Amino acid sequence: MKFTIDWLKQHLDTNLNDKEIINNLTNVGLEVESFENAPSELDDFIVAKIINAQQHPNADRLRVCDVDIGNSETVKVVCGAPNAKKGLFTVYAGPGAIIPKNQMKLSISKIRGVTSYGMLCSEAELKLSDDSEGITELSEKYKEKIGKKYFDTKTPKVVDLSITPNRPDCLGVRGIARDLAAAGVGSLKKIKDSKLNQNFDQDLKVTIKKEKKQGCTIFGSCLIKGVSNKESPQWLKDKIVSLGQKPISAIVDITNYVMIDLNRPLHSYDADKVSKEIIVRNSKKGETFEALDNKKYSLDDNMCVISDQSGVLGLGGIIGGTRSGTELGTKNILLESAYFLPRSIRKTSKVLNIDTDAKFRFERGIDPKSIEAGLIKAADLIKEVCGGEVSKFDIQRLEEEKTNKVKFEISLFEKITGFKIEKKEIIKIISNLGFKIIENKENLDLEIPSWRPDIMQPIDIVEEIVRIKGYEHIQTLIPEKSRLKPTLNRQQKLFHFLQRSVASKGFYETVTWSFTDSKINNLFREKYNEIKIVNPISSDLNVLRNSIFPNLIFYLKKNIDRGFKDLSFFEIGPVFSGTKPGEQLTVIGALQAGKYFRLNWQETERNVDVFDAKRDTIQTIVEAGFSKNKLIIKDQAPSYYHPGKSGSVFLSTEEDKPIAFFGEIHPNIVKKLDIKTDALIGFEIYLDFFKETKKKLKDQKSQFEYSDYQKSERDFAFVIDKKIKAQDLIDIIVSIDQDLIKNVRVFDVYEGENIPKDKKSIALNVTVQSSEKTLNEKDLEKINNLIISTVESKSGAKIRS
Amino acid sequence: MSDIKKIKDEYLKKLDIDQNIESINQIKTELFGKNGIVSNEFKKLGSVSQEERKKFASDLNFIKEELQNKITSKIEEIETKEINLKLENEKVDVTLPERDFKQGKIHPVSQVIDEISSIFSEIGFSVEEGPDVENEYNNFTALNTPDNHPARDMHDTFYLDEKKELLLRTHTSPVQVRTMLKGKPPFKIIAPGRTYRSDSDQTHAPMFHQVEGLHIDKDINMGHLKGCLNYFIKEFFEVDKLKMRFRPSHFPFTEPSAEVDIGYEIKDGKIIIGEGDKWLEILGCGMVHPNVLKNVNVDPSKFQGYAFGIGIDRLGMLKYGINDLRAFFETDYRWLSHFGFDPLDVPSSYRGLSR
Repeated sequence: MKFTIDWLKQHLDTNLNDKEIINNLTNVGLEVESFENAPSELDDFIVAKIINAQQHPNADRLRVCDVDIGNSETVKVVCGAPNAKKGLFTVYAGPGAIIPKNQMKLSISKIRGVTSYGMLCSEAELKLSDDSEGITELSEKYKEKIGKKYFDTKTPKVVDLSITPNRPDCLGVRGIARDLAAAGVGSLKKIKDSKLNQNFDQDLKVTIKKEKKQGCTIFGSCLIKGVSNKESPQWLKDKIVSLGQKPISAIVDITNYVMIDLNRPLHSYDADKVSKEIIVRNSKKGETFEALDNKKYSLDDNMCVISDQSGVLGLGGIIGGTRSGTELGTKNILLESAYFLPRSIRKTSKVLNIDTDAKFRFERGIDPKSIEAGLIKAADLIKEVCGGEVSKFDIQRLEEEKTNKVKFEISLFEKITGFKIEKKEIIKIISNLGFKIIENKENLDLEIPSWRPDIMQPIDIVEEIVRIKGYEHIQTLIPEKSRLKPTLNRQQKLFHFLQRSVASKGFYETVTWSFTDSKINNLFREKYNEIKIVNPISSDLNVLRNSIFPNLIFYLKKNIDRGFKDLSFFEIGPVFSGTKPGEQLTVIGALQAGKYFRLNWQETERNVDVFDAKRDTIQTIVEAGFSKNKLIIKDQAPSYYHPGKSGSVFLSTEEDKPIAFFGEIHPNIVKKLDIKTDALIGFEIYLDFFKETKKKLKDQKSQFEYSDYQKSERDFAFVIDKKIKAQDLIDIIVSIDQDLIKNVRVFDVYEGENIPKDKKSIALNVTVQSSEKTLNEKDLEKINNLIISTVESKSGAKIRS
Repeated sequence: MSDIKKIKDEYLKKLDIDQNIESINQIKTELFGKNGIVSNEFKKLGSVSQEERKKFASDLNFIKEELQNKITSKIEEIETKEINLKLENEKVDVTLPERDFKQGKIHPVSQVIDEISSIFSEIGFSVEEGPDVENEYNNFTALNTPDNHPARDMHDTFYLDEKKELLLRTHTSPVQVRTMLKGKPPFKIIAPGRTYRSDSDQTHAPMFHQVEGLHIDKDINMGHLKGCLNYFIKEFFEVDKLKMRFRPSHFPFTEPSAEVDIGYEIKDGKIIIGEGDKWLEILGCGMVHPNVLKNVNVDPSKFQGYAFGIGIDRLGMLKYGINDLRAFFETDYRWLSHFGFDPLDVPSSYRGLSR
């Protein structure tokens, strides 16, 4: 909402300066976006220098000039002036500029086959003098001003307010003045009495059809006969320009002016183009009309239209039509001041995708009692500027508008705001805002002003009082430290722990969109359905991610393409399994690309591999407080992992869902996405599948047991079927005597010479320790033999001699 | 006896010169071996007369001790020398690079969420969460923003169905609704999380982060709201003095509503939060609208309180001098390396929020 301070002062008597007024606007809740000089049409005229002038190839009297327009920019301009020569300082106007003399708007054009970008102007064209002989010649002094504005324009400063949707009344200057007056900035001026002489009836019949879903409830109008529409007077033009709009004609400008002044949208019809009568009715599907934005609209059923006997004239409260538009030659006009229901306006404009100033106001709620005030102000001005005779007003209504009332308990104010103000002051504030008040002992009976559709209940009154009184009166109470429950629950603690645990292993945490490219998502989607976004911001962010990997891999590739080789990223966040709220899982996804070591003076280089991924996965889970011994590793993983180099981790039994996957990313995916890397591994941890343990970590630690008796270590090498997994062998050994066997470590795996083709050799180191005694040779021999015999019988392995 | 003294002096001299551990051991045997010189002298002890024996024995022991000490110290000396020589030979160039190490990073958004949680934890708030996909009711209607309300235009919403019933939450406020529906007052929560709006330019990202705050009890008023936010902002920006301004505004789900500005100035092209004469809008808040309380089965005549919503990314940008919002979500290795935090740098009240 834009306006000038001068305009405000037409409604507000105040001694305060601009700065104080601006501060007060903010303090009452009218947020000031900016307070700057209005743009001027003359801003487009720039000091320039001709750096080269050549004969036009196809025209004797034209020259093609290279013009320096500042900011190291040069443009070609075709010019017919005899004085257009190299080195001349002059005035340049670019495409879009409007020439003051003839109001012509410049555009890029071809002149005899040469494209001209703008124009060099004569003094006459700039309305500086009558000299139209050649282009303006400026002195050398302008050397420093190339590219700067030629005219030193003094436009008024314009206030731009960001009006919240609840305050339609402040979409008019008068409403703003009223708020300021209530806040003590000054007093609201009375609207001058009209001296209109209305001697004849409005004889164009107006009917509001009584239909279901009728979007118009009041239609006020008058005829103004014998007008001569013309260019607006300067004062009006200035006002329109200060709003950032272009003046059109006096009648149109006046209706726009009244809309901004009183927040009262109006519409003027060329009465001679209206076929016999005005009918306000619901549209029928398929009806069409051409609107003032020069677009043709095809209507649905039940849109509120203003029509005559031959069809639709316009969409009520949204936009008028070209058929009955007011033009400079218009002689008789019908001026409309109506009330349209916000819901109807909003629905229609959404369907047709139209946004106009009138629509913006009606959908927020216009004062239904401002019908006549709008007609009076506009008719007065039209008569003054364009002449003509004004008819009596014709007001059609479907129903009498109701006055809304609310009962306000005075104590509510202190209960909500925490501070007290006198009843007297409360009454003063709300009466200045236009409320009618009946005072009772404990409460007030209030009649809500017709321009405040946002006020419905007592809390709204509290807001009115406190915002006018000033938010600075609210105390700053020191927060109490009382706590209702712990800050984080177990799952949240796990989240934060795992997040930092993964990061501590050299991964960079990233945050990527929750949506992704369906093409990449499909590579990781597995069993989930694709979740499309109806209105994505772009076609490559068109689905919710079913996996944490699509975005991660996309950005990993981007970094590889930037020239980075060894990269580790992870993200912790949602992946989506369905469209319903809650059908999402919290997942950590990590990717690592490249080499674990690059060739250096100590280590030989090697690619990252599945066991790096496994280490990071297992270590993270163990650090989070879960026992490594209880973890179960399976060789199954989703299809986007390398089928032979990936696995899953279960917390304690295979019946639960796996809490993690790890492995190398499937080579097909690496190829398909064209990721240029030596190796790519990844892991995922599913936070939701961690079952809450019965005991907290602190309780698990209560019993401390250890053995001081001597440990004994012994190595075994078994030749075993290739299909048998190392873990199976370990499990067999551990299960022999869980009290004695403290640790089993694989230290060698061998396939090849001396070993049958379908077999492998696994060498293990077993630590044995008793918690009761030092084991003697005999005890050790016994357990060693037991290990050998058990492994051999259970797995078919043979001890290697 | 004089012989043995002579021998002693002779051997002491020898030991002085000798630098070889083997020959010293040889000497040790010559002196103290089974047939060693000193051992043999001890054997003579029986043949010495009663009167002389005591002195003889005493002298002999003295000599023995002297020689033994000499030998021990000599061995020690040589061993030390040898070790030193060995260590000297083992010297490496320690300016050669260490083995590679990898340092991970925590994203600024996560760090800021942890900072926020730490601050609110101090004044008794707990953390709640809600789903990213919401229904239209929780995101709008329950929050007093009915369909056909112009306030809905302020949220450019991503929808998941044509009927516009399922959407990506446009703010964290639906967590208020969920929290209150599943519990009984009082409520004292914050809810950080991802939020989504379908606009995208230099200052808007289609996804960003908010933290919602909600405190409902019997007598929570605007003074508590102001106190809570004043405390939070001061703690977050780690400044002693802070200019803060409450300005009336409008949100459908709070009434009265306010926007909060903080003072700042620009020094050397950087924003300094605190006491400057410029104002920066950083959050929206207000008293929870009675309609919202009714919608979640809380009796507004018995319970009242405040809610607020803060943009997390923006807070991070202001605190850590990050200019570009979009960069938060672009996973540029260099950016993450520069703006990321060490994983051990966990914000807490006793260690301070930032280092």
